[in-house]
Amino acid sequence: MRKGISLSNTHRVILVAAAVTGLFVVLQALRSSGIITLYWSQVLDLSLIMTIAAVGLSLIYGFAGQFSLGHAAFYAIGAYTAGYITKTYGGTIVTFVAALLAGALLAGLIGYLIGLPILRLRSDYLGIATLGFGIIAKVVLDNSDKISPVLGGAQGMLGVPRLATFAWIYWLAVLAIVLARNFILSSHGRACIAVREDEVAADIMGIDTTHFKLLIFALGCALGGLAGGLYAHVYPFLSPSLADFLKSFDFLLIVVLGGLGSLTGSVVTAIGWTFLLEWLRKVLPQDFLDWRGVIYALVLIVLMIARPQGLLGGKELRLLRPARSTGKEGSRHASA
Amino acid sequence: MRRVYALLLAAAMVVAAGCGGAPSGSGGLDDGKTIKIGFIGPLSGDVKSYGVSAFNGFELALEQAGYKAGDFTIEYVKDDDRGRPEEGTNLAIKQITQDGVKAIVGSVTSDVTKAVSEIANQHGVVMITGTATADTVTVDDQGKRKPFVFRTCFLDSTQGKVAAKFALEELGKKTAAILYDKGNPYTVGLAEAFKSAFVAGGGQIVAEESYGRDDTDFSAIVTKVATANPEVLYLPDYYNKVSLIGQAVRAKGLDVVLLGADGWDSTDLDFQIMDGGYFTAHYSPTEPREAVQKFVQAYREKYGSDPDSFAALVYDATNMLLEAIRQAGTDDPDKIREALQNLKDFPAVGGDLSFDANGNPVKDVTIQKVNKDGTFEFVTKITP
Amino acid sequence: MSQLLEQLFNGFQLGFVYALIALGYTMVYGIIRLINFAHGDVFMVGAYIGVFGFTLWGLPWPVAILVAMAACAVLGVTIERLAYRPLRHKGAQPIAALITAIGVSLFLEYFCSLKFVFGPDYRVVRLPFEVQRWSLGGASITNVQLLIVGVVIVLILALQYLIQRTKVGKAMRAVAQDPDAARLMGINVDRVIAYTFAIGSALAAAAGVLFVFAYPQLRPFMGIMPGLKAFTAAVLGGIGSIPGAVLGALIMGQAEVLTAAYITTDFKDAVAFAILILVLLVRPAGLLGRSGPEKV
Repeated sequence: MRKGISLSNTHRVILVAAAVTGLFVVLQALRSSGIITLYWSQVLDLSLIMTIAAVGLSLIYGFAGQFSLGHAAFYAIGAYTAGYITKTYGGTIVTFVAALLAGALLAGLIGYLIGLPILRLRSDYLGIATLGFGIIAKVVLDNSDKISPVLGGAQGMLGVPRLATFAWIYWLAVLAIVLARNFILSSHGRACIAVREDEVAADIMGIDTTHFKLLIFALGCALGGLAGGLYAHVYPFLSPSLADFLKSFDFLLIVVLGGLGSLTGSVVTAIGWTFLLEWLRKVLPQDFLDWRGVIYALVLIVLMIARPQGLLGGKELRLLRPARSTGKEGSRHASA
Repeated sequence: MRRVYALLLAAAMVVAAGCGGAPSGSGGLDDGKTIKIGFIGPLSGDVKSYGVSAFNGFELALEQAGYKAGDFTIEYVKDDDRGRPEEGTNLAIKQITQDGVKAIVGSVTSDVTKAVSEIANQHGVVMITGTATADTVTVDDQGKRKPFVFRTCFLDSTQGKVAAKFALEELGKKTAAILYDKGNPYTVGLAEAFKSAFVAGGGQIVAEESYGRDDTDFSAIVTKVATANPEVLYLPDYYNKVSLIGQAVRAKGLDVVLLGADGWDSTDLDFQIMDGGYFTAHYSPTEPREAVQKFVQAYREKYGSDPDSFAALVYDATNMLLEAIRQAGTDDPDKIREALQNLKDFPAVGGDLSFDANGNPVKDVTIQKVNKDGTFEFVTKITP
Repeated sequence: MSQLLEQLFNGFQLGFVYALIALGYTMVYGIIRLINFAHGDVFMVGAYIGVFGFTLWGLPWPVAILVAMAACAVLGVTIERLAYRPLRHKGAQPIAALITAIGVSLFLEYFCSLKFVFGPDYRVVRLPFEVQRWSLGGASITNVQLLIVGVVIVLILALQYLIQRTKVGKAMRAVAQDPDAARLMGINVDRVIAYTFAIGSALAAAAGVLFVFAYPQLRPFMGIMPGLKAFTAAVLGGIGSIPGAVLGALIMGQAEVLTAAYITTDFKDAVAFAILILVLLVRPAGLLGRSGPEKV
């Protein structure tokens, strides 16, 4: 039942690149012409930012099986770092790029350092430890005005220049997805998946489990930091609650709902869920706005019970799978 | 595979539905004779009583004006920020970009208003708050004015100073302790203002502790404060927090005079616990001035209870906004801003008001006392 | 010195309340390896019902506590039946149950915030008795603190008796050890799990009312932080271990209060979690936990 055209690798890449660019052009046109209103443009921006962070967590949890309940901490670290740089040094292209890089790198570095001691904890305990780290991060941010008044402390940081245009966000999201995909399909990625599937066996096979666990964790956190950095330049107000457990849970929910081990799932769910929430806000009549939270929770519960493996558990969009020229049928992607 | 495509299709539909379906009254195009204004306030959440009062004041003002300002018909959008700055930010953006409001009345608490003021100022939409008292609402952190932002209440720097003056001179106390929420620009500003004025007036701050917004257990810091033996305890937070701290204070048997700020002004305050405490207020419904009594009457008739400061202040703010629209004669927010800035001696419940260069009015501070029978009592009025 | 003593009392007040909540977490985890995130919200519901008991319904407060406990036992069992059991029977991954648990937690919070339920606002609570203070060694101690410690100790002893000396308790221990073997021995595993939820939820309800005695305010989101801290306490002490939960909770309570008192209030929340991480690094199964084989 597979469509029979077998494309070579180069052809695939060109096709995908064309499709992605085409989509960009279309979306950009819709935005400029006002067909997509300013409000929904912002929602689109935020959903793409969520995607980047979700991809990061997907790597950490979906593919490497590291149960992290503190992803938002890295998101917040990226946001504050990047915001600090452009706020202090002015908002130019150079500082913007530097800020994003700094945010991602710092998040990745801290992820690495945190990971060193805690990644050897058992799954549930790792979750709790990362949760604890998230709270510590929030408390540090609450007191960030002691580090520098620019950071605002518990009152939040205002005044970060709004430099993140749709172009930046879109292409960085594409970059994140490509990066993640290539990583998974590389030998590094395969090693990580082996570690998740059966750590003892992987160990015996000579894979340096610690190294790979750390590597993917740091990479995932860095992506989270990148997302945060972008967020800081879209949204005028940063507060320490960005590192909150609730935010971490948002990311986790997206990855799980999308299906573990599925990059496509994470991307689709990230975008879809963000829009769904905003749509709920719009669609509910004024007096019923407080039902939004209830509906969100109910949808979540029902989805999980009805389909616990997530929407796309283990499945991947054809585009993101390797070309079949590897000989074997390439659709047997590592499943959840 | 088919499932995936179906999913993507569904996602696309959601996106399309969301973007395509323009909500009624958006696009920001007025028919030339209608102006939309937005109301943002905490209609639910921790400080709901402020928001409800504020909205009542807003509504009463609009009603008395017949929902007209000059030739324009006024429509409004009402949103609940739940007392959270993130929510306020979202709502401000929505009201400006989605609903097309030309002016915003709100918010109520300083932390939310600060965030909303940034948005309003950035987008060039007039914002007037009746009740946010933190200094950095109408000016930014460097002291630069945000031209589109105004308020009809006094500043925390004023309030805090007057509280200190009251404690030193009227109550004759020499030592004080301060407990404040470090995450709230309102309490932080008040604590700072009180502290410098109290010390400058010859008093001594014997203890100063901060807590977090969601804290419920104050036993540790109250015990700490107790050992310093203050005569006055300054609690410049909202009524719900203050009631909880007051409970801890009473439980420890601390013999102090409780002193606070306008955040205490609510019928939901725990009058029993806070009995005998004083706070700086914007107005008192028992003040005999005509403007006050007329307003109190009208409010009582419509809502069946006496208006608190929040209602009075937002009533004033709304009226001043309507007057500015009248005078500007256009829906151009910049012209409205200009008209508002130039208002002189506008007859308001809070006095004859004009805005200074920073968008703040010059006003007296009222001191009220808390009685355990559930009433507030007018004590005195102080000119800062 | 008397300040230290008083701070220790403060710490115990907090710690014992956490202990009661932690027990529920640890019991449920011990038996089905699930972190029941909704537990903190059962605590909240218990608090509300208890308060309604001694205010609206005019019940004497001990009765109100019992009513709250009974109501929450039912709530806990219902949640288990509707949300967790289907997943268990489907053989779903543990993460699915976890996410569902969080979903239930959010649902309870938002549902109770609706105007026709509890409403989203703070409510001040009028205590049904006078707060009395005594001085003990120069430190102030209240009847509320004594009440909390007393009630919690009684409940812990009752729980221990239940677990160690009754058939139900034996069944619970069996299922905790090996559900399949227990099933083979003729134990109705589903029913045992339901009992566990019932007991844990009842304890949470009691904790809720005691919490309100100490901090007389109600709001629908009041269970988040105490739930989180109690859960951390359970992990600290070794999740699955009842004495561990109590120990962990007392440590958490003291850490929080003493940090606030002697170091700074700013970091008091962080300190507790930092302690947790440090302990986990040294003793990965918690202080009194039994370290099982590494989950592969």
